[in-house]
Amino acid sequence: MLSANMVVLAYLVASVLIILALKGLSSPESSRRGNTFGMVGLFIAVVVTLQLSTVQNYAWIFTAIAVGGLIGAITAKKVPMTHMPQTVAFMHALVGLAAVLIAVSAFANPVGYGIADASGSLHVASRIELFLGTFIGAITLTASLISFGKLHGTLSGSSVTFTGQHLLNLLLGIVMIGAGVMFCIEPSWTPFLIMLGIAMLLGVLLIIPIGGADMPVIVSMLNSYSGWAAAGIGFTLGNNMLIIAGALVGSSGAILSYIMCKAMNRSLFNVLLGGFGGDTPTASAAGTRTDRPFKSGAAEDAAFLLKNARSVVIVPGYGLAVARAQHALKEVVDILMGQGVQVKFAIHPVAGRMPGHMNVLLAEADVPYDIVHEMDEINPEFSDTDVVLVIGANDVTNPSAKTDPTSPIYGMPILDVSKSAHVLIIKRSLSVGYAGLDNDLFYMDKTMMIFDDAKKACESLIQVLD
Amino acid sequence: MSDAFVSDVVDQAAHGVAQAGPLLEQSSDPFVMSFSVFVLAIFVGYHVVWNVTPALHTPLMSVTNAISSIVIVGAIIAGGPPEMNLATVLGLIAVALAAVNIFGGFMVTQRMLAMFKKRS
Repeated sequence: MLSANMVVLAYLVASVLIILALKGLSSPESSRRGNTFGMVGLFIAVVVTLQLSTVQNYAWIFTAIAVGGLIGAITAKKVPMTHMPQTVAFMHALVGLAAVLIAVSAFANPVGYGIADASGSLHVASRIELFLGTFIGAITLTASLISFGKLHGTLSGSSVTFTGQHLLNLLLGIVMIGAGVMFCIEPSWTPFLIMLGIAMLLGVLLIIPIGGADMPVIVSMLNSYSGWAAAGIGFTLGNNMLIIAGALVGSSGAILSYIMCKAMNRSLFNVLLGGFGGDTPTASAAGTRTDRPFKSGAAEDAAFLLKNARSVVIVPGYGLAVARAQHALKEVVDILMGQGVQVKFAIHPVAGRMPGHMNVLLAEADVPYDIVHEMDEINPEFSDTDVVLVIGANDVTNPSAKTDPTSPIYGMPILDVSKSAHVLIIKRSLSVGYAGLDNDLFYMDKTMMIFDDAKKACESLIQVLD
Repeated sequence: MSDAFVSDVVDQAAHGVAQAGPLLEQSSDPFVMSFSVFVLAIFVGYHVVWNVTPALHTPLMSVTNAISSIVIVGAIIAGGPPEMNLATVLGLIAVALAAVNIFGGFMVTQRMLAMFKKRS
């Protein structure tokens, strides 16, 4: 068995390896090595913990690791890339549940954790830590499950609102904190379970008003919560490695939420209040629709424009993921590049249902990452672009975000698609986007609409181009 | 400046250093130590994560999932005692859940990262 100092030092090594795992993600080349560092770090952490003198239940622990590990490994191998957002949401739920179970276990057997004095009474600091760890874990659990349901389509993606919703949440929050304070004064199961139950209910209530396309913010926020929950367990155990890992994940998720909010020009508070759109446009949006003239064309017209272009920029959106059109789109790109057309991709930060969603889909389809560009990189290039192909995206290209101060999305950074010479838009219908807005881009002289499913449109383009 | 004065100062300084350790130990709560580590780790996280390229934000989320499953350490301690009771059983379930995430998180991240290729 290792001495106490050796254990702490081994945990320190694991913490450093975890930091290196995140550091590796600064570029695709270093990321694979970083991921290996992370695995080694977690491995060291587990092995060192297994040799602690209080850990004796080996048969059961190894069974639990084997069963869990097998399920995780199979999922990781089989899950389609289009399902990454809900997979990540589900994993957040698992971290939340694990944190809750550990907190309940620690409360049931405080002496075993070294968080109580000889008489079995919990230290005051430990009471507060248990309270925080439990409620963050419980909110993470149920909020992630609801997000999973919305992302997977098990639950409706639209926003669920009712009168007094925020007041109800506030009251529940106050009762939960009240129960927490009672628990800190006199720890017993009643306030603990009340607190746990309300936290789980709050997790559900906080997510139901949030519409589908706000999910990138929510998934990032829950990523952050899962980190804070881990750090909470670290405080309870007095284990710095857990605190470090939890704080890293917590700040990572918080930064991602910030980036997503900024890309929508909204505050986190505004997103959390919810009620902003859903998968189906609301009735109020129909009022803004006009019978403005627009041009529509067939695959042949689009192919003609694309073939004769010098430079093409493709703007993919959530519609690409829904139609699973990434592989067909890649074939279109290959044909065009084979004919000497310069092709680039432009990715808006909130395209898709989670941060980086489009990049992974394109990578899966073997699109090289050096032709995939972020919004700030590509925006100056649109004025030099012959044809922009918008596929399954809408609001992120809407010029009214720049020109119309009365627009709800005014101020949101957009891809400057309208500056290019020609715009092709593949879309199933002229329906409004997530924000419930009409898009002026559709009615411009330079724009041609191709009304089709993203995948079918790409397949017809392949046929015509070949 | 006399030698006596200098050696006096050195003596006092040495005494002060010798005192600093035990004094700190008596006056600081373990929570404060943990809290210091927590705040510093947030700073490290802040600087490291801002350097992550936006193209890898999805792998970042899946790998952080695996990393926050480091709660498996707490779960192993909870499930560690040989006698089976509520606390142990809950700990063992938590071990299995965290293991799903550790294996799943790292492996799906690896699968995604392997897809990111440069133009050949």
